[in-house]
Amino acid sequence: MSKIGVFVCHCGENISATVDCAKVAETAGKYDGVAFSVDYKYMCSDPGQSLIKSAIKEKGLTGVVVASCSPRMHEPTFRKACAEAGLNPFMCEMANLREHCSWVHEKGEATTEKAIDLVRILVEKVKYNHSLNEIKVPVTKTALVIGGGIAGIQASLDIANTGHKVILIEKDPSIGGHMSQLSETFPTLDCSQCILTPRMVEVAQHPNITLYTYAELESLEGFIGNFKAKIRRKSKSIDEKLCTGCGQCTTKCPVKKIPSEFNEGLGKRTAIYVPFPQAVPNKPVIDRKNCTYYIKGKCKVCEIVCPTGAIRFDQEDQIMEVEIGAIVIATGFTIKQPDFFPEYGYGKYADVITGLQFERLASASGPTLGEIRRPSDGKVPEKIVFLACAGSRDPAKGIPYCSKICCMYIAKHAMLYQHKVHGGKSYVFYMDIRAGGKQYEEFVRRAIEDDGVNYIRGRVSRIYEKNGKLIVNGVDTLLNAMPVEIEADMVVLATAGVANEGAEELAQKLHISYDPYKFFAEAHPKLKPVETNTAGIFLAGACQAPRDIPESVAMASGAAVKVAGLFSQDELTREPIIAVVNRQAPPVYSSCVGCFLCVSACPYQAIEKEEIKNRNGEVIKSVAKVNPGLCQGCGTCVAFCRTKSIDIQGYTHEQMYTEVMALLNEY
Amino acid sequence: MAEFEPKIVAFVCNWCTYAGADLTGTSRIKYASNVRIIRFPCTGRIDYMLLIKAFDEGADGIIVSGCHPNDCHYTSGNFHARRRWIMFRSLCDFMGINTERIKFSWVSAAEGAKWADIVNTTVAEIRKLGPYTDYKKVAKYQEKEVTHG
Repeated sequence: MSKIGVFVCHCGENISATVDCAKVAETAGKYDGVAFSVDYKYMCSDPGQSLIKSAIKEKGLTGVVVASCSPRMHEPTFRKACAEAGLNPFMCEMANLREHCSWVHEKGEATTEKAIDLVRILVEKVKYNHSLNEIKVPVTKTALVIGGGIAGIQASLDIANTGHKVILIEKDPSIGGHMSQLSETFPTLDCSQCILTPRMVEVAQHPNITLYTYAELESLEGFIGNFKAKIRRKSKSIDEKLCTGCGQCTTKCPVKKIPSEFNEGLGKRTAIYVPFPQAVPNKPVIDRKNCTYYIKGKCKVCEIVCPTGAIRFDQEDQIMEVEIGAIVIATGFTIKQPDFFPEYGYGKYADVITGLQFERLASASGPTLGEIRRPSDGKVPEKIVFLACAGSRDPAKGIPYCSKICCMYIAKHAMLYQHKVHGGKSYVFYMDIRAGGKQYEEFVRRAIEDDGVNYIRGRVSRIYEKNGKLIVNGVDTLLNAMPVEIEADMVVLATAGVANEGAEELAQKLHISYDPYKFFAEAHPKLKPVETNTAGIFLAGACQAPRDIPESVAMASGAAVKVAGLFSQDELTREPIIAVVNRQAPPVYSSCVGCFLCVSACPYQAIEKEEIKNRNGEVIKSVAKVNPGLCQGCGTCVAFCRTKSIDIQGYTHEQMYTEVMALLNEY
Repeated sequence: MAEFEPKIVAFVCNWCTYAGADLTGTSRIKYASNVRIIRFPCTGRIDYMLLIKAFDEGADGIIVSGCHPNDCHYTSGNFHARRRWIMFRSLCDFMGINTERIKFSWVSAAEGAKWADIVNTTVAEIRKLGPYTDYKKVAKYQEKEVTHG
């Protein structure tokens, strides 16, 4: 006979405000097999847990149902409490009274009834729970960091400095990411490359870091501590061992007019190129789409001039397989591209540019060597207009969120402009100035008060060209919605930060969740900001949401600590929620008939054939067997099995049918 | 007479829809209280005999919901569920079970509002259909025996 304890939590008032917790506890106390039932203010608190522990010991409970918040929140807490009181942790189940009941329904009898039902389902289920033991798995102490921007660089260095191996992959020819494109950084106005490039070099020279640029994740298998990743190393068309990075090829390449990605299309590059002078590794790659040899079949100038014979036209992509124990995703973000703002004329007028393009204009290493010159005719703009929230906070554009970094970089841009163009006039159209952060508000005030940037609160409806000027039609909402018209020489759009193209595919390869904007989802918005829902995979930087540099760095260090913590153990424990094929006494051995449908259904190749032999070594029966190391517990095989011979621990047939029956019988 | 309150059972996967329903709670979006959620590791685990069992025990409507195609935590469980649903639907048709009483859907962990919406529309639709008494005729209902699976 089961002796089950039911513990109903008020969660302060979160549950008790709409659910009559005392009634739930009282009703549950009358169920068959329930030996103890109680309600309490905070079950997860220390006294709450002690209540559970003492009840287990005093009443000799064989099962526990905690009716409180989502099991995704506190299941580990209560299972641990049970284990400490000597009850197998898998004899503890949670009824989700908060997220699935009290928070989503109005106060009333129906809500309390639902709570009672939810408790009853689990009381009946827990009667069929079995003691389970956690599975031990080894840990491969190498981390994979995807993305070589500032977040990926920081995470790699932090993990590597704890003494563990790191593989860093970057899809572009050089690491550095968006930060390497920036001119100066807010709120200190120190040069971005001056603080970044030493870190890049450190990555390249660190004995624990293996860097693969021009490489992407092809596929991922396995689970926490035991991932197997396939990495596609795209062909660079050079032999990296022979190349010295002398630059002969890039100066002699005849194809010179390709828009440079690093300069956001404002500068040109050659077909064989190094993205920027401080690139790491500082070795060129051939852009096959634009190289004359790949298009027309002849040229090979680079091969002729290369002093070390490092050019390899026939090089192919390499697929490399690596074993890793944890992954940090730091793939960053991108900005919303042209044709998104037809009313602002982006793409139509050369002098309407994005914030990132302005960074390149303001950068000493940029196409204008740091002089603010407009792209159309190279003139210094006398009047410049900055537009905040180009796309952001605009549900009509599908981007209701705030891109967070724009308010700050616009203030920085306007400041840089005022410093570089004396006598120039700058205007900023804004909705609100969001400058939350250390020294941030002061920075914006400096732009307005010391540098005389004109901030106009209002939106811009249209930009068009007239007599060589860009006419900006806006409104000043602080002056009673007075229309404002500015004849500008250049307009900078603070375009919304959005998820990378391909973010969705990457999330699907990694089996992690993502939000409707394709930013990767953290496991908990407050308490688990760097973890994903997939154990062993962590997030850093702007791939999770728009982030500035200090936040990305902090997040990367946070993710690195999580990885280091994981690698500090030699063995991990895994939940024993896995499938098992039943075994019975001879002459049946197993109800499995050996159809092996399950083998074809299993996404992890975790099911194998086992031959049952008699004493003479003759095969009597061929049955399925689950490899507990590989099984992830999805249960697809369970639903496939014709003879119901496979069951998944924790979600057995008995348990699931009992749940359905318990739910409806006293509904 | 009070309005008919249908009994709806929701079979959901742990990774997307269960988490999505959690988000509905965290966002305090209200929805009809007629639904009871049963958690599965994956929609691929859902043996469709459970749906029959639910009708047998007196459910008026059923929601099956998991991860969106390609988003399955276990790679392909939701595809198996979808394929099985197509087969199961024609079987239901053949048996005379009204498939309008089963709602098959995808709700991701980020779609709290969608979950509330699905519950509300399902409740409204089932309310219109009325209590599901036909099942017992279809199944040549007999005295219940207590058996599992």
